[in-house]
Amino acid sequence: MKKNRIFNTITLLSASVIVFIVLAALLFTGIIDEYNGQLLTLAGIYIIVSLSLNLITGFTGQLSLGQAGFMSIGAYSSAIAMMNFHLPLVVSIIIGGLVTAVFGLLIGFPTLRLRGDYLAITTLGFGEIIRVIMVNLETYTGGAAGLKGIPSFSDTGDFLKDSIIKFSWVYVFVIITIVIVNNLINSSPGRAIVSIREDEIAANSMGINVSYYKIFSFTMSAFLAGIGGALYAVYFGYLNPVMFWFLTSVNFVVIVVLGGMGSITGTILAGVGFTYIQEWLRFFKDFRLVIFGLALIIVMLFWPRGLMGTNEFSIVKFVRKYIRKEHEGGSSKPSKIKGVK
Amino acid sequence: MLKIEGLNVFYGTIHALHDINFEVNEGEIVTLIGANGAGKTTTLHSISGLIEPKTGSISFMGSPITGVAANKIVKMGLCQVPEGRRIFANLSVLENLEMGAYTRNDKHNLKDDYEVVFTRFPRLKERIKQIAGTLSGGEQQMLAMGRALMSRPKLLLLDEPSMGLAPLLVKEIFSIIQDINKAGTTVLLVEQNANMALSIATRAYVLETGHIVLSGDAKELAASEEVRKAYLGG
Repeated sequence: MKKNRIFNTITLLSASVIVFIVLAALLFTGIIDEYNGQLLTLAGIYIIVSLSLNLITGFTGQLSLGQAGFMSIGAYSSAIAMMNFHLPLVVSIIIGGLVTAVFGLLIGFPTLRLRGDYLAITTLGFGEIIRVIMVNLETYTGGAAGLKGIPSFSDTGDFLKDSIIKFSWVYVFVIITIVIVNNLINSSPGRAIVSIREDEIAANSMGINVSYYKIFSFTMSAFLAGIGGALYAVYFGYLNPVMFWFLTSVNFVVIVVLGGMGSITGTILAGVGFTYIQEWLRFFKDFRLVIFGLALIIVMLFWPRGLMGTNEFSIVKFVRKYIRKEHEGGSSKPSKIKGVK
Repeated sequence: MLKIEGLNVFYGTIHALHDINFEVNEGEIVTLIGANGAGKTTTLHSISGLIEPKTGSISFMGSPITGVAANKIVKMGLCQVPEGRRIFANLSVLENLEMGAYTRNDKHNLKDDYEVVFTRFPRLKERIKQIAGTLSGGEQQMLAMGRALMSRPKLLLLDEPSMGLAPLLVKEIFSIIQDINKAGTTVLLVEQNANMALSIATRAYVLETGHIVLSGDAKELAASEEVRKAYLGG
């Protein structure tokens, strides 16, 4: 078992390093132009927040419509940490995550009593409350006029270099998020979380501390969303409470549902797809929302469980299959590896 | 093994259980029978910690478990198979069984337990990779029971295992319950199918609108005029 885990980790790590080098090289040589580089970076941030939402909605089964609220807490707290306390970038981003986690813990408590629609409404309200607070805390957040002058990832003056550095920062955090969520889901707490989604009473009768794991999942989800928000703040260099209104939360729900509730790879695919479709449809102006809604309906008609359902595309499995073919039959004993991405 | 004294449970202002007293001794199959709404499931849920009783005490193996969290009660060796099976529908059969062993710390013994469950329910072994939601009703009941057995319970609480099953399957499930009991697990069985329940139980309690109205040896109860009239169709 241990050996498998090491093998999985190495495969995953090398795969992500290869993907990174390829993407960075494409960016550097200009095959992927700056515009697409920016989009990929933004997609990375969307992926982080969507994964955090998938953790709570897809894996734990608690519908949250307040993810943008979490995101804005992370964004503002890290921006304040950087601008008012002059903390380094990494520290600020992590502070953004931690502050949001505290709020996640707080919102986790009402979730113990609320279910389904009621919980969705509560989290929606939470998101709106946060937005209104951000508008009114003018001294720190700049209020409705927004917060300007957030330091960027890098300031070399070289446009190309800046965009590669931006991309690298976000990419590293995407990988970290994927690793965290993936390891969590395949661990013992992860099993507990999934069983809560499946059936709370049964989970309870199997000896799972349902309350604990629900709050745990909310806190974890908030932490990741906060990290995503912090990256968002640095990426744009400007924050305005309107960026985190209700429809932003809905966008993340759309990504998670499109990708498949409970699928990490699905969320990644849908995150990238969503970012691009949103851009392509920009020339339709306001009509893009209509087209977007239409596209959603079509997807839901033909893939009601999202693109991936609860399945995962597993690089590790892929590599394993390849290796086995190389060894020509090698061992015929069935491997008991679960869908580890 | 399990002792319940003066149990009173309320749902809001509704008094669901009135001064329930009963006990289960080690090695027995005790059944709790009664009509719909008599309070059978409520009793089970109070035992397994899903509902908090207003007054009264419940003790298991000598230690009080009133107000103890449900997950801790499972660790003490008291496991419930909930009504309507409540398997984890999107997980495979194997994963369901794994969830049953969630509270266990002795990983190395698990293999034997899988074997025990699979010899008792050969059908589960055939379907080990199948998604649990696609199993038939009877197989789901078997899975729910197998899952509970994975926690190595000393006392197994079964809530209406015959619910929604064909008569032939009910017979099979009940003979399995007897086997489980013979292998050393004490069973508290809640049933509407009084005939079947009384046929395998050692002792029985009859619940009626929150009161225990009759109790005694299962065979005697099955023969008694009152029970025959009320529950066994004459």
